[in-house]
Amino acid sequence: MKRLGTMKKASKANFATYLGVIIAFVVVSLLKSGGVLSSSLSGLLIPVCCYVVMALSLNLTVGVLGELSLGHAGFMSVGAFSGIVAAMSLQEAIPFAPLRLAVAMVVGALFAAVAGVIVGVPVLRLRGDYLAIVTLAFGEIIKDLLTCLLVGYDSNGLHILFNASGTLTVADLGMDETGVAIIKGAQGATGTVTIATFAAGFVLILVTLFIILNLVNSRSGRAVMAIRDNRIAAESVGINITKYKLMAFVLSAALAGAAGALYGLNYSNLAASKFNFNTSILVLVFVVLGGLGNMWGSIIAAVVLTILPEALREFADYRMLVYAIVLILVMLATNNDQLKNLLKKIIPVRKGGLGDGERV
Amino acid sequence: MEFLSYLISGISLGSVYAIIALGYTMVYGIAKMLNFAHGDVIMVGGYVSFYATSALSSSLLGPDASMGAVAAGKIISILLAVLVCTVLGIIIERLAYKPLRSATSLAVLITAIGVSYFLQNAAQLLFGTAPKSFTPVVQNQLSLFGGQLNISYVSLLTVIACIIIMLALTAFTSKSKLGKAMRACSEDKGAAQLMGINVNRTISMTFAIGSALAAVAGVLLCSFSPTLMPTTGSMPGIKAFTAAVFGGIGSIPGAFLGGILLGIIESMAKAYISTQLANAIVFAVLIVVLLVRPAGLLGKYVPEKV
Repeated sequence: MKRLGTMKKASKANFATYLGVIIAFVVVSLLKSGGVLSSSLSGLLIPVCCYVVMALSLNLTVGVLGELSLGHAGFMSVGAFSGIVAAMSLQEAIPFAPLRLAVAMVVGALFAAVAGVIVGVPVLRLRGDYLAIVTLAFGEIIKDLLTCLLVGYDSNGLHILFNASGTLTVADLGMDETGVAIIKGAQGATGTVTIATFAAGFVLILVTLFIILNLVNSRSGRAVMAIRDNRIAAESVGINITKYKLMAFVLSAALAGAAGALYGLNYSNLAASKFNFNTSILVLVFVVLGGLGNMWGSIIAAVVLTILPEALREFADYRMLVYAIVLILVMLATNNDQLKNLLKKIIPVRKGGLGDGERV
Repeated sequence: MEFLSYLISGISLGSVYAIIALGYTMVYGIAKMLNFAHGDVIMVGGYVSFYATSALSSSLLGPDASMGAVAAGKIISILLAVLVCTVLGIIIERLAYKPLRSATSLAVLITAIGVSYFLQNAAQLLFGTAPKSFTPVVQNQLSLFGGQLNISYVSLLTVIACIIIMLALTAFTSKSKLGKAMRACSEDKGAAQLMGINVNRTISMTFAIGSALAAVAGVLLCSFSPTLMPTTGSMPGIKAFTAAVFGGIGSIPGAFLGGILLGIIESMAKAYISTQLANAIVFAVLIVVLLVRPAGLLGKYVPEKV
């Protein structure tokens, strides 16, 4: 009976989360059609959706699985570039843009999942800071490999070249006269038809939330969290550590890939260097500030911190400096014991959330 | 002969990485934190030395100063960089990291990233985004085998500086009282405190030493690749961190070995495989090493007790 009660509570909280996201979408759409949003702010809508999904998926690795990943942008770039290639080469096969976008996101997720398996199998054997540095290394490797990639599409299909020597150009792809170069090495993807929409971003956020919240409340999710809380105890009760770790990691990579595909199809020009170490760190900042394991926190932190530099525009040159100071002050304030005790007195502590943000 | 010159440039580049990695490894060994702002302290060291050199040569020394005066000016600029970075390191530790002593390692990591952003953007406002061209601390090169093999004096200086620093640090941590206190803190902070060691002061001193090393590394790094920008320090910082992990983080000889090996691998990969993929190859080697030896080359593997 008690178990039934807690399950009900969990699903209630989940419905509240979905409802919150839907309300936010409706409000923003109304504001947008009413012309209240400035053009720079409405241009941020799709990137905000992508970063929200990135933060949610990274929260799965860092908050739920409890492993620090510093190379999440690598999966985003795999998703972005495979999504762009899929969308560009399916232009004639699927003329309906939203469907093409959906296919591109699925392709992006699949490729990122494959990358997740390739990275995850060796990486998840390591622990703690060593795991973190290896994910960082993989992120940089993925970025460098994508910088050497040349992809074109013509009537015969896809042409792919790997430009390790740095001397090959688009002409070496050997395409016929109908050929279009999609990815041009260090220049990245140019001339992409931008088909990403805010509605698609909203749907992606909902799907991501649905997947993650269901996983967390499932048998597998409990196994993953048991591994986070005590690996040895989890192993001793017969949980297959490698399987569940890899499952969470690959799922996280796939969601990042879908977000990447959406992100990539929002810009007509996109270089692989956009997805560098700093992007991985940016997403990690969203997750940590939002609270580990707290999905709502990730959403809010991703939205606020993506819009913050835009909102700080009046500080002009100082805005990134202010951003850095805000980041440091927030970390100092949230970890201040006196402030925590004060908050505890005012707001009674709610027990039984996902992680309580004290772990790792 | 070509191979030898690549090897030498690799060793000297590796020496710069090693000096940075020594700073990383000391801070990690004691504070158990990844100090992502370390790379940006390097950049600050480079800028201080740059401005000190140009101020000295324009005002005090003039265009026709003697060799000795110029050399003295260089030394003063390096010392100034070391001084500024040491003070900066202590201030950063005091303001940003000390309040987080009892916080989770992730919280400290994010704060370090915040400090890194802060230093980069402050440098951008103070010094501008335009790259400055740094004059190497020593110019000219040594020609061997009738000009077939050229070694720049900067390379020699870097390698010598790196070896001296490594030996000095090893002696310091094993012999001096403060060094022993540092090792005790890295082993067990609580027990160290019970033995009467001032843990907070020891950690501050570690940051001071790490930042002083970063200043030296900054001057040497900018002598190698003479463009100085607010982001100059970040990539070498990441690579030096990789080097520290490669050799076994927390170990001083490990950081030295890791740095040198990383430099050689990078230089060889650039020369013989692909310039574009040099970084990827460096990171791939790191991954392979960590899979074979999960605690790095010289790191101690501590089995988990249940």
